Amino acid sequence: MAVLSEEQEMLRNMARNWATNESPVSEFRKVRAAGEPQAYNSAAYAMMAQMGWAGIIIPEAHGGSDFGFLSAGLVVEELGKTLTASPLLATSIAASAILLGGSDAQKAKWLPRLASGESVATLAVDEGAHHHPLAIGTIVSGGRLSGRKAFVPEAHGANLFIVAARDGLYLVDKGDGVLLATRRLTDQRSYADVAFEGAAADKLAGGGDSLLDDVLDRARLLTAAEMLGMAQALFDMTLDYLKQRVQFDQLLASFQALQHRMADLFTDLAQMRSAVEAGLQAVDAGFGVARSATVAKAEANRVLHAISNQAIQLHGGIGMTDEYNVGFYLKRARVLEASWGSSGYLRDRFAALSGY
Amino acid sequence: MATQLESEAHANADAFRTEVRQFLAANFPEDLKGKGNLLAGLDGPTSETAVQQRWREAVGERGWGTPTWPKEYGGGGLTRAEARIVEQEFAKVGAYNPIGGMGVLMFGPTLLEYGNEMQKRAHIPPICRGEIRWCQGYSEPNAGSDLANIQTFAADMGDHYLVNGQKTWTSGGQWADKCFALVRTDRSDKHKGISFLLIDMDAPGVEVRPITMISGTSPFCETFFTDVKVPKANLVGKEGEGWTIGKRLLQHERTNISGGGRLAGMMDQSLGDIAKTYGETDGDGALADKVLRDRIADFEIRWNSFLLTARRALEESKAQGGVSEISSVLKKLGTRLSQERSELLIVIRGLQGLGWEGDAFSESEREDVRGWLFGKASTIYGGSTEIQNNIIAKRVLGMLDHQ
Ligand SMILES: Cc1cc2nc3c(=O)[nH]c(=O)nc-3n(C[C@H](O)[C@H](O)[C@H](O)COP(=O)(O)OP(=O)(O)OC[C@H]3O[C@@H](n4cnc5c(N)ncnc54)[C@H](O)[C@@H]3O)c2cc1C
Repeated sequence: MAVLSEEQEMLRNMARNWATNESPVSEFRKVRAAGEPQAYNSAAYAMMAQMGWAGIIIPEAHGGSDFGFLSAGLVVEELGKTLTASPLLATSIAASAILLGGSDAQKAKWLPRLASGESVATLAVDEGAHHHPLAIGTIVSGGRLSGRKAFVPEAHGANLFIVAARDGLYLVDKGDGVLLATRRLTDQRSYADVAFEGAAADKLAGGGDSLLDDVLDRARLLTAAEMLGMAQALFDMTLDYLKQRVQFDQLLASFQALQHRMADLFTDLAQMRSAVEAGLQAVDAGFGVARSATVAKAEANRVLHAISNQAIQLHGGIGMTDEYNVGFYLKRARVLEASWGSSGYLRDRFAALSGY
Repeated sequence: MATQLESEAHANADAFRTEVRQFLAANFPEDLKGKGNLLAGLDGPTSETAVQQRWREAVGERGWGTPTWPKEYGGGGLTRAEARIVEQEFAKVGAYNPIGGMGVLMFGPTLLEYGNEMQKRAHIPPICRGEIRWCQGYSEPNAGSDLANIQTFAADMGDHYLVNGQKTWTSGGQWADKCFALVRTDRSDKHKGISFLLIDMDAPGVEVRPITMISGTSPFCETFFTDVKVPKANLVGKEGEGWTIGKRLLQHERTNISGGGRLAGMMDQSLGDIAKTYGETDGDGALADKVLRDRIADFEIRWNSFLLTARRALEESKAQGGVSEISSVLKKLGTRLSQERSELLIVIRGLQGLGWEGDAFSESEREDVRGWLFGKASTIYGGSTEIQNNIIAKRVLGMLDHQ
């Protein structure tokens, strides 16, 4: 665990308590049962925003607390532990795009609304089922944006899209010329293919040539933070179970084969935590973000993949039931693994960034 | 130069092949071509169409759904070579074997070995005709990997047993007609107190509650027995022999999970070919994504050697007469590889490979997601991978218990 300031520790504890008490996995079950395309509880998100979580990375001048990415990651991690369905992740990613590339006017218009929870925003880059930020066909002419984005997260709840076009990122209000087609993925969250048909678009003109990459790195990091929470929760759940379940007149925890399995996963989890926290800290320090974000998401993919499979396996039959929570983590895990860079993509990116 | 015996065998084989072709021409309906054998599977309610029923009855009458089982009990009475001809000819015209389920895969072979004459006459023919569905009443809440810990009790009431207790994870329990169950007849000895008992699922006192799985389906149940009367004639073997018989059945289960048609069928289409339909290829027709290409080739090489291992084991076990402990190696390997394949399919398809519902996903994309989730069970049931490793280490390799 990174060394936290007193404020960060308070923030984390607050998030932990809220997630445990107000947003346990049973809340996600309710969201799933309701079957709404938006797939989160608006009242719960309003509470989260009220506690300041939507403004953690937003400067005080724009209604945020400017606590930085490590702090945002702490909150996202805690929410990941209980699979809290909310647009916090998507909105934070979108806010980072406005912060990096927005004009003063754009910041002044949007950041306070995002920080207060009044608006929800999301980043729309990929146009196919794989993360491929170089393959963008979306174009803007005369201030009108046209193109199709695939599997846009939180598209239903969003009022604002940050859309990647060939020549940069644009702000697009949900309104005329924005058409959603719901995509129900196995994690039962909000996804939609979004068709932009001459929608009014406002360019994020700042941030330089690397704006899209910089925003994607932040998306990878915050996603990795959610994955860290999921991995930690799965690990804890599994360890608890092994310490309770008796077979052959012994606790499962007494079998050396399983002890070693858990020791291996514990080691992996330590790697994942270091990588994710270091990546978040890199953003706060403003140094080495690309490389560390790539490492963080790659490690998150690898470790959560392993832990989610082992969690099912080590629970035995009970882990296969819908009544038990492990399966929800597995389903969400694969979706996040495929978002903003699969393991293959990230390895390739790492090699490229490293010059080989 | 072929000996006279060999050429006679060839002539017989040719004649038999002709017989199978004639049977197919006369009985296999075109509209079932290429259809899976869903109804004969372990799960799925009986909702046969008239055409499907006729096909099942035609195959059942010949006994060709259980080709090597003895003719006197309704099997095909065929040699291995002949059975292979049936399989080949069926495959050629896209015909499926309509006879299946746990009766065929596990219970039948076990009863043929351990049942008495009356039991074989009563239970094998309906299995060969696909008329009766069996389920497996082994696991209990506190008896999973430690199967011998079962507590469901069959009390001796003189002319019958009175059964009380709970089974769980009973696959197809809600659709089954009968259950082969491990029950306790003696509390003083863990292994020798177990007996193998056949229970009617519609007997008074049997209650099933379906359990929903992470894949969204409910193919298994909790099964409760409350004062269920079971005739003594339904005891297989002697009292106390249930552990030996039950373990034998598990060997058949393992062999079928790993070597069975399901896994082989799954591999009809190479992952490489699928990947080409989702991703770009370069000038030579090779996948442009070299990272993915490498992973697929790595997988398919290992899958290939699994198939070779399965074939070799089958030949060896036939020479030795029956299933063996190599079934643990195959079970462990086959299930792991099929899980890996499902994961790779997701990587190939990206988010398009993680669809839950909606027409924007093709039927096979959606089915593969459910299959990916359901497939996580394959390393748990039939003796988990960890238990297979214990069997390999202790029984095959002679390694010692923790002292
Ligand atoms: C889809 C599905 C269908 C099933 N169908 C049937 C059915 O039709 N009939 C039936 O009777 N049962 C059925 N089962 C039950 C299945 O056989 C059991 O789930 C299995 O035996 C494991 O038992 P358990 O679930 O209690 O897990 P546990 O035995 O509690 O095992 C939990 C974990 O601990 C590990 N473990 C246990 N002991 C050891 C050890 N000594 N050393 C190392 N690791 C160990 C296991 O491998 C597993 O990873 C089914 C299960 C599933 C998931």
